[in-house]
Amino acid sequence: MSEQSYEPNMVLSTKEFDVVGKRPLRHDGVDKVTGRAIYGADVSMAGLMHGAVLRSPHAHARIKSIDTSKAEAHPEVRAVVTSTDFVDPGDKTVDLGEGLTRLAYIRNNVLARDKVLYRGHAVAAVAAASLHDALEALELIEVEYDLLPPVLTAPDAMKEDAPLLHENLRMMEFGRPTDKVSNVSDHFRHEKGDIEQGFAEADLIVEREFDTSTVHQGYIEPHNTTALWNNDDRIHIWTSTQGPFTIRDTTAAILDKPVSQVRVTPTEIGGGFGGKIPVYIDPVAALLSKKSGHPVKIVMSRAEVLEGTGPTPGSHLKIKMGVKSDGTMMAAQAWLAYEAGAYPGAMVVPGGMCVFAAYDIPNVTIDGYDVVVNKPSTAAYRAPGATNAAFATESVVNEIAEKLGIDPLDLRLKNASKEGTRRADGPKFPRIGCVEVIEAMKNHPHYSAPLDGPNRGRGVAIGFWFNAGLPSACNIAVNPDGTITLVEGSPDIGGTRTSVAMQAAEVLGLPAEKVSPSVVDTDSVGFTAVTGGSRVTFSTGLAAIEAARDVRDQMIRRAARIWGVEEDGVDFEKGVFHLKNGTENRMTFSELAEQIATTGDPIVGRAGVNPPGVGGSFSGNIADVEVDPETGKVTILRFTAFQDAGKAIHPSYVEGQMQGGSVQGIGWALNEEYFMNAEGKMMNSSLLDYRMPTSLDLPMIDTVIIEVANPGHPFGARGVGEANIVPPPAALANAINNAVDVAMNRLPMNPVAVMEAIWGKNGATD
Amino acid sequence: MPRRVHVQTTINGEEIDFLCEPRQSLLEVLRDVLGLTGTKEGCNDGNCGACTVIFDGRIVTACLVLAVEAEGKQITTVEGIAVGRELHPIQQCFLEGAALQCGVCTPGFIVAAKSLLDQDNNPSEDKIRLWLANNLCRCTGYDKIVRSVQAAAERMQEAR
Amino acid sequence: MPIIFIPAAMKELTAGAAEIRVGGSTVREAVAELEAAHPGIRDWLFEGNRLKPSIAVAVDGVVSPIGLLQHVDENSEIHFVAAISGG
Ligand code: FES
Ligand code: FES
Repeated sequence: MSEQSYEPNMVLSTKEFDVVGKRPLRHDGVDKVTGRAIYGADVSMAGLMHGAVLRSPHAHARIKSIDTSKAEAHPEVRAVVTSTDFVDPGDKTVDLGEGLTRLAYIRNNVLARDKVLYRGHAVAAVAAASLHDALEALELIEVEYDLLPPVLTAPDAMKEDAPLLHENLRMMEFGRPTDKVSNVSDHFRHEKGDIEQGFAEADLIVEREFDTSTVHQGYIEPHNTTALWNNDDRIHIWTSTQGPFTIRDTTAAILDKPVSQVRVTPTEIGGGFGGKIPVYIDPVAALLSKKSGHPVKIVMSRAEVLEGTGPTPGSHLKIKMGVKSDGTMMAAQAWLAYEAGAYPGAMVVPGGMCVFAAYDIPNVTIDGYDVVVNKPSTAAYRAPGATNAAFATESVVNEIAEKLGIDPLDLRLKNASKEGTRRADGPKFPRIGCVEVIEAMKNHPHYSAPLDGPNRGRGVAIGFWFNAGLPSACNIAVNPDGTITLVEGSPDIGGTRTSVAMQAAEVLGLPAEKVSPSVVDTDSVGFTAVTGGSRVTFSTGLAAIEAARDVRDQMIRRAARIWGVEEDGVDFEKGVFHLKNGTENRMTFSELAEQIATTGDPIVGRAGVNPPGVGGSFSGNIADVEVDPETGKVTILRFTAFQDAGKAIHPSYVEGQMQGGSVQGIGWALNEEYFMNAEGKMMNSSLLDYRMPTSLDLPMIDTVIIEVANPGHPFGARGVGEANIVPPPAALANAINNAVDVAMNRLPMNPVAVMEAIWGKNGATD
Repeated sequence: MPRRVHVQTTINGEEIDFLCEPRQSLLEVLRDVLGLTGTKEGCNDGNCGACTVIFDGRIVTACLVLAVEAEGKQITTVEGIAVGRELHPIQQCFLEGAALQCGVCTPGFIVAAKSLLDQDNNPSEDKIRLWLANNLCRCTGYDKIVRSVQAAAERMQEAR
Repeated sequence: MPIIFIPAAMKELTAGAAEIRVGGSTVREAVAELEAAHPGIRDWLFEGNRLKPSIAVAVDGVVSPIGLLQHVDENSEIHFVAAISGG
């Protein structure tokens, strides 16, 4: 195991701050280390009933009939629901912040209507006095199915004679509808330059195909919800979600209720990574509550989480790149087919935007296909789509470096995207930190450290994610003792109460401890988009900055009133108001706060933002491995993660994101997969068999924060939640290649895959 | 409804009586009957460690223990780790070391780490990693958890 | 005059032109001009009077949160890109 070797940060962001960049204790920390924090499954109230969901045992079937009469007769059952209890949405579409979706798709995923499209697809639900009673009652529901052949991979689903999941799904091609009924919901293309010409000018062309398995976000807390449909027809939902407003708006749409009648209280949330954005059980619990007259709680089992939620797409990718003999990239072509699961929306669009984003290549073509298959409807997972794409691209880049005898980081530096580089989908990059990340990798002692011993290898890769802006709201009230309360709408999954509070504290010259941040329900704060897209510290942080500035300006006016001067006669610096005219008059923030009630109205700052200046984040890994040539087991000896944070607001939690994302990437690379049989049954739907990395599988994950300030944020912050998951599979593939000289073309690179590659190389087939 | 069983046990130092169904797990009773929701459920089949409690001196996953087995036993949950208003050094070091992100795995890790440090006040990194290998954390990559356990071990030695 | 960039797949609507200079001081006005010259563009971009939610406007490389209302000037580059958020 490696020694602790945190490197000093490479600080390109040179502004000095009082609070930002420090490491205060998180505000919700004590509740979380003492067990007092209330997560969704901990919610309890008088008269609570327990809900359970019946799920399809088949991957593809038509529902002939559902008979719930026996379940309804169970003495402890209070309500049973099926999809016929929902209002038929017809062709209505909704925009829930994730692009336009047919409401029918969401509703049919929540409870299947005519067809089940994956094993685990919800079919009916019951509410009973206890969970055991509810589970008993599920067994009394009789469903008759007409089995249909399942189709489980993108290449199979794209065949002309493939079984169709949706008889009415017409392919979109190049942004326009076509008449073609197909499992391909969308085909898009980005083109730049002249691809033929580019390859013609190349001295070396490398072309490879890759497959990546379906993997799950793997949050430790299962989905849960508690719903109360009150006698006044108002619906209150308590749930663990990344997006309380998304839950509110979707639930209102599915139940055909005004948004104002649905209120969502986000509880503490035990991980999400993109998987707790979609709506699954909330409208079901609401209906059960309506029918039973009781509040109803549903908590998913782990098998339900794996078979009925998330996961992120498996994919089939082809990458072709052409370079000059000096390493100059001349042309690149990508063909990406991602499995959306049961309903369209496979994250192939962002995959296409990221696949060559790290490189300035004059001639590029990218084709992307969004393909429905009989697996659970996929959800975002940390830089969705980018990890699959980078595994392929970065593997090809490493092969090019090897073939040309160029250092792989030099090859990347030579072609790295910079400010002004035109992306394949058109726009030019603003200030980005791609070059700085690669340089930091090159200069890091890990890169030059000797790596002795047989079957050991070192690998590198880089990754990119755009990050999101999107709306956030924030209110700040000033208390008489000079503390402030800050109200926001972004569920805190990784310390963001503190990173948001720190930004308000910085503006007002207060220590972070004087800010009391709360995440509140959807009735109590303005619209705030999901905790996702690495956006909370950036966008909600910006809302906090703006709200704090509003407070500051009101306080300046108040000081001016007290001193009897014009407001431009008052200055504010480091938490102290003073008269500009050079006299002794000064008041600290708390001295002024104390006088608020006797000198005018209460002071409340507010802000709503939808910031444009999103800064994308680059990341990189150096990974050392040892491969056991007898078993194919890969052991990670040393791992260093690099990422551009713009400005690390709270460096501990930036490092935490980097370490957590890296380890998710490592799991994706080495172990994790949906192991499906031919009938589309997941054979490993437990945490024993869907094996995520444990502490014993890993060394320390060293981190290097690079700070290339984002001009779009007052303190320079970039989102850091996602780009870190992108490089590990490619870096590990490169390391394995380096160790035992095999090219790895599919994920996971588990012992079987590694042994097959070794046997393939040795010409043996046993 | 099945007949309920009367169980007498000691939880976090206090004698407690409860009624439970024979089919109920200790985890269910802790959470749903006794309101001790600090102990979390991540899998209900022994594979995530979120429900780790100390059971007569050994760590167990409460989802795999029947509540009736608690009769006459001494149980410590996360709610019993702090002494009064004083956080345990492990809790304090988890806070300072940013060893939690979402925090849902944290109770299980704190309980497991406490039982480790009660038996070995100077464990190696490997031993810590082995001891905590049944506790899954999906957020942190374990780095800061392992370091925080190391820090707590040091602090406990200094206090001695 | 601002330039609208036409994705390859849409170039059949613009007789093969990849970049078109248009008038207008907002994206909406620029698109209206483009539609007048090359009918069909609107259908690709719009749903009713709004931009399709799957499409975002980038002006000079920055995705605009106000989309069609975004001000453009003499040298602005206008792109229509995929709207994405993340996990
Ligand atoms: S809930 Fe007991 S081990 Fe996971
Ligand atoms: S902190 Fe989220 S699972 Fe460990």
